[in-house]
Amino acid sequence: MSENAEDTVVTTPAKSEGATLTKDAAPGETLLKVTGLQKHFPIKKGLLQRQVGAVHAVDGIDFEVRSGETLGVVGESGCGKSTMGRLITRLLEPTAGTVEFEGKDITHLGVAGMRPLRRDVQMIFQDPYSSLNPRHTIGTIVGAPFRLQGVTPEGGIKNEVQRLLSVVGLNPEHYNRYPHEFSGGQRQRIGIARALALKPKLVVADEPVSALDVSIQAQVVNLLDDLQQELGLTYVIIAHDLSVVRHVSDRIAVMYLGKIVELADRESLYRAPMHPYTKALMSAVPIPDPRRKSAKSERILLKGDVPSPISPPSGCRFHTRCWKATEICKTTEPKLVELRPGQQVACHHPENFEDQAPQDTVLLTVAKEAAELVADEVLAESAETSAAVAAEVAENADSEVAESDSGADEEAGQESTDK
Amino acid sequence: MTELSKTGAAVGEPTSASPAPTAFLEVRDLKVHFPTDDGLVKSVDGLSFKLEKGKTLGIVGESGSGKSVTSLGIMGLHTAGQYGKRKAQISGEIWLDGTELLTSNPDDVRKLRGRQMSMIFQDPLSALHPYYTIGQQIVEAYRIHHNVDKKTAKRRAIEMLDRVGIPQPDKRVDSYAHEFSGGMRQRAMIAMSLVNNPELLIADEPTTALDVTVQAQILDLIRDLQKEFGSAVIIITHDLGVVAELADDILVMYGGRCVERGPAEKVFYEPRHPYTWGLLGSMPRLDREQQDRLIPVKGSPPSLINVPSGCAFNPRCPYADVPKDNLTRTVRPELTEVGSQHWAACHMTQEQRERIWTEEIAPKL
Amino acid sequence: MLAYLIRRLFAAAVMLVVIILVVFCIFFLVPKWAGVDIATSFVGKQADPAAVEAVRVKLGLGDPIFVQVWHFFKGIFAGRTYAAGGDVTHCAAPCFGYSFRSEQAVWPVLTDRFPVTLGLALGAAVLWLIFGVSAGVLSALKRGSLWDRSAMVVALSGVSLPIYFTGLLSLAIFSYGLGWIDGQYVPIGDSFTGWLGGMILPWVTLAFLYAAMYARITRATMLEILGEDYIRTARAKGLKEQVVIRKHAMRSTLTPILTMLGMDLGALIGGAILTETTFSLPGLGQAVLNGIKNQDLPIILGVTLITSLAVLIANLVVDVLYAVIDPRVRLA
Repeated sequence: MSENAEDTVVTTPAKSEGATLTKDAAPGETLLKVTGLQKHFPIKKGLLQRQVGAVHAVDGIDFEVRSGETLGVVGESGCGKSTMGRLITRLLEPTAGTVEFEGKDITHLGVAGMRPLRRDVQMIFQDPYSSLNPRHTIGTIVGAPFRLQGVTPEGGIKNEVQRLLSVVGLNPEHYNRYPHEFSGGQRQRIGIARALALKPKLVVADEPVSALDVSIQAQVVNLLDDLQQELGLTYVIIAHDLSVVRHVSDRIAVMYLGKIVELADRESLYRAPMHPYTKALMSAVPIPDPRRKSAKSERILLKGDVPSPISPPSGCRFHTRCWKATEICKTTEPKLVELRPGQQVACHHPENFEDQAPQDTVLLTVAKEAAELVADEVLAESAETSAAVAAEVAENADSEVAESDSGADEEAGQESTDK
Repeated sequence: MTELSKTGAAVGEPTSASPAPTAFLEVRDLKVHFPTDDGLVKSVDGLSFKLEKGKTLGIVGESGSGKSVTSLGIMGLHTAGQYGKRKAQISGEIWLDGTELLTSNPDDVRKLRGRQMSMIFQDPLSALHPYYTIGQQIVEAYRIHHNVDKKTAKRRAIEMLDRVGIPQPDKRVDSYAHEFSGGMRQRAMIAMSLVNNPELLIADEPTTALDVTVQAQILDLIRDLQKEFGSAVIIITHDLGVVAELADDILVMYGGRCVERGPAEKVFYEPRHPYTWGLLGSMPRLDREQQDRLIPVKGSPPSLINVPSGCAFNPRCPYADVPKDNLTRTVRPELTEVGSQHWAACHMTQEQRERIWTEEIAPKL
Repeated sequence: MLAYLIRRLFAAAVMLVVIILVVFCIFFLVPKWAGVDIATSFVGKQADPAAVEAVRVKLGLGDPIFVQVWHFFKGIFAGRTYAAGGDVTHCAAPCFGYSFRSEQAVWPVLTDRFPVTLGLALGAAVLWLIFGVSAGVLSALKRGSLWDRSAMVVALSGVSLPIYFTGLLSLAIFSYGLGWIDGQYVPIGDSFTGWLGGMILPWVTLAFLYAAMYARITRATMLEILGEDYIRTARAKGLKEQVVIRKHAMRSTLTPILTMLGMDLGALIGGAILTETTFSLPGLGQAVLNGIKNQDLPIILGVTLITSLAVLIANLVVDVLYAVIDPRVRLA
C-alpha cells in the first residue's frame, strides 16, 4: 500500500535543485526500487559443513530512491545497513527480493550483465586507508574505472583524472603520488574522485566520514553536497551518526535487525519520530551543549544489547527492548505503512501518532522493565501527543475523504480510516 | 627509565622552586617527545592544567593532537615497559595528590597505577586479554593492590560487575572478553578500573567504539559512578557532545598544545580560539535547526615533527592575518586569561575575538 | 571442550584412513600404471618367470584393486596371511609386509628404529625450546641492543648452515679432535649414560638449527604482542613488568610457537634423515634412506605411514593444547 502511495509524484517532495544534469531519470523519478530484499548468511558447522542457521543480515526491506535525492540509512552495528549497501550495488547476491535500477531488474545479473551498470552505480567506502591500493599512484587509482570499462574520455584519461582531482579539491599535480602521501581526508577525496570518474547516477556511500576527524568530516560532507548540486547525483548514504545523516539526507531510513522500522523525510523524522526505536536512537545522541546536561531526563536509555541476528525476536524485533511493547508486538510483525504522508513506520504503538493496536494495552514484563529507564516526563508527553495526534488525524481523515478523491490523498485517508 | 625521568625533571628547571600544588592533580608544562627516524615527534609540547576531586575534565582534540599521549603520560605508561633504545622523552611535572610522578621512583608510580589512578581504553575488546576470563583479570587488578585471597577478590569482582550493570555477574565473571558484547566489555573494563576505588579515572575515548544507544548507557554509568566514588575524571574524546555531557572543564588541544581551557559553559558559549570555533562549526547538530552548510576548518592537522612556527593553527586559521606584524607565524601565543578560569592562546586581541565570535561565527552555528 | 576433543579425534581417524588409502595408491598402483612390475623388482630382474609369478600370487598383486586395498587394510589392523601354493606366511597385525631385500617383517624394523628417532626429536625439541624461546624473548625485550643483534646474527647462521656442516664440524671438534664424546649410538636400555653420550651431539646440532628459527619467531611474536592493547592494560593495572611479560605476554607468544612445534616434531619423527646419517644413528630416517637406495617398497611404505601417524598425533596434541591456551578456539 505504501509503495503505491509513494509512486504518485504528486505528494512526494522532490528535491529538484541540481538534478538538472541527469540524462535518463528526471528528478523525483524512481531510480532504484528495492522490494522484499533479503540477505541471509549461512552458518556452517562441523565436518560436513552442514548449515545450522543463518545470520538474517537483511530480512525483507522495501524502499525506493528517487533521482536527485539523498537517502540516509541509519542504524547501529549489526542492523544490516552495510549489507544493504552491498546488495543494492550488487557486490553481494541477495537471498530473496528484487532490486530494480531505472526500471530494470538487476537482482540476478551476472558479472557481465552488471558491467554496464557499474558505470551508473558507484560505491564509496568507509576506510580511506584500506580501500586504496598502496602500490598504485593516484592517477592509476582514479583512472582505473576508465580502463576497466574500456572507456576513453574526451581529452584522454590523464586529463580527465586531473579534472576529477580538482573537482574533489585535490591538486591535479599530485597525479603521480601514492596514497600514503595523503592524509585521511584527502584519501577519502581520492575515493570520491574514483567513484565519480564514470559520471554515475547513483552513489552508495558506506560510512563515508566516520573514519575522519571532526574538522575533516565537515569538509567531506560539504564536498558531497557540492557534487550533488553540480552533477545531479543521487546518494544512498549509510552511517551510524544521526547528526551527519540528518545533515546530508532528504529522506532517512532507520534500520533495526535487518528491517526498516521507519522511513520518512528528514523533517518529519527528526521533528516527530514515530517508531520508539527511532526516538530512543535520537535521544541517545549526546548534545554538544553543556546547559542541557541537566536535561538528562529526555534521554531514553535502552536496556541491554541488540539481540542476535541469527535468531531475531518474533513479531516486532524491537519488542524485547521497547517500553511500549504489548502482546501483539510479540506475536505479529508490524508492517511498514505510511501513517502520514512521507512517513512510513512499522510499529503497533507509534509515538506521536494514533495507536495502531489500541485494544492491546497490557504491557509485556520486559516493557515494564524497559519503561523504568525512561523518565516519567517522556512517557507522559508521549501519551499526550499520541492522543492529540490521534484526534487530529481522525479529524483530517474525515475531511480529506469528504473533499478529495485524488490519488494519494485518498489513499492516505483511507489508510487512517481503515485503522 | 629512571634516568630519563630525572633528566626530564632537570629540563623543566624551575620545578624545585615552584610552589607545591594545591590541586589534586596538577600537570605543569608537560612535554612528551618521541625520537623517530624522521625527527622528533612532539606529541605533547608544554601542557598545564589542574583538576580537583569530584570534577571532570574533558580533553578534546583531533587525532594527533596529543590527548591520548597526555593520558598515558600521566599514568606513566610511556616509560613502563619501553624496550629498545628509542624511549619517550618526558619532561615537566605531574603532581598527583602531593606527589610528583615524573621524579618519583618508577616502582612507586607503578603502585599508584590501578589503585590511585586508573584508566579505561577506547577498544575494550583489544584492551582485555583474550586468554583470561573477565573475572581473572579483575581479580588480578584487585590483588595487585590488596593482600587478599582469590575467593575474596572474586567476590569483589562479582560485586563490581554487578555495580556496572552486568546481568548475572556471578556467571558472567567466568566469561571471556569475546563472549561479551561491545557494551558489556566496556562495562567490564570500567569495573576493572574501579575495583580499587581510584581517585583519578582517565577515560580515553571510552565510547568511540560503541553504538550510540550503548554510548548513552556507558556515559550514564560513568556519570553515576563518579558521583558515587567522588573521583576526579579525565575524559578524552574527539566528540564535543560527549564532553558536553560529562565535563565540568574543557581543554581543547591542537598540535600537542592547549589552545583553550575553561569551564564547559564558557568554552561552548564564549569560545575564544579560532580552532574551537572551527570544531563547533564542523559538527552537524541534532539540537539545532538544520544548517545549510557546515563550516569546516580548511586544511589538515599539522605534522608533529614540523609543527608550524608561531601559532600551530596559523596555516588553517581564517584570521591568521588579523594580528599585526605577521605575529601568528613567528611567535607562539601563550595562554592568556580571557575570563574567569578561562584561558586561550591566540594573538588576536580579546575585543577582536569577541567581535568575530558574536558577529561572524555564533550566528551561523 | 569434550565435544571439541571428540570432534578432533574423529577428524584424525578419518584423516588416518585417507592417508592409508593415498599411501597405498602411491606405492602399489602408481608403479603399476607406470609399467613397473613390483613382483619383478622384488625378485630381481634376472629371476625366472615362475619365481616372479609365485611372488605375484603370494603378494596378491594379481588381485583386483579393491581386494588388494582390503587386504592391505586388514593387514594393518588385523594381520594377514600370504599364501602361494604350499608356501603360507602369516603376518600378525600390524602387518606392513616384508622387506623385499632382507625378507624381514617391516613392523619389527620400525619398532626397533622408532625409539631412536623419537629420542632424537624429543631431546632436540627440549633443547631448542629452552634456548630458542628464551633467546627470542630476551632479544625482544632488549631490542636493538648488542645482545639482540648478536643473537640474531647467530640465529641467522643457525638457520642457514646445513646439518651436515654443523654436524660434521661438531663431530670433528668434540669427538675426533678433543675426544670428549665417543659418538657411538648405544640403546637406552643398555646404558643410559652411553645413550646420552651418543645423543648429545645430534641433539645439539639439530637443536641449533631449530633454536635459531624459534628464536626469530619468538622475537617477532613477542614484539608484536608487547604492542597489544591488553599489555598496556596490564601495565595500567599496576602489574610489575616481569609479571606483565610472564603472565600476559608469554601466553600469547606461545600460541604460534606451539603450532610450529607440532609440525616440526611430526616431521622430525618421520626421520631426521640428514642428522641420522651424519651421526650414524639407526633411526627411521636411516631406514628410509636405505629403503630408497634398495627400492625396498614395504620399508618406505612403513616409514611413510608411521610419519603420517606421527604428524597426525602431533597436530592433535597441538590442537588440544591450543584450545587450552586460547579459549576462543574452543568455540570454533
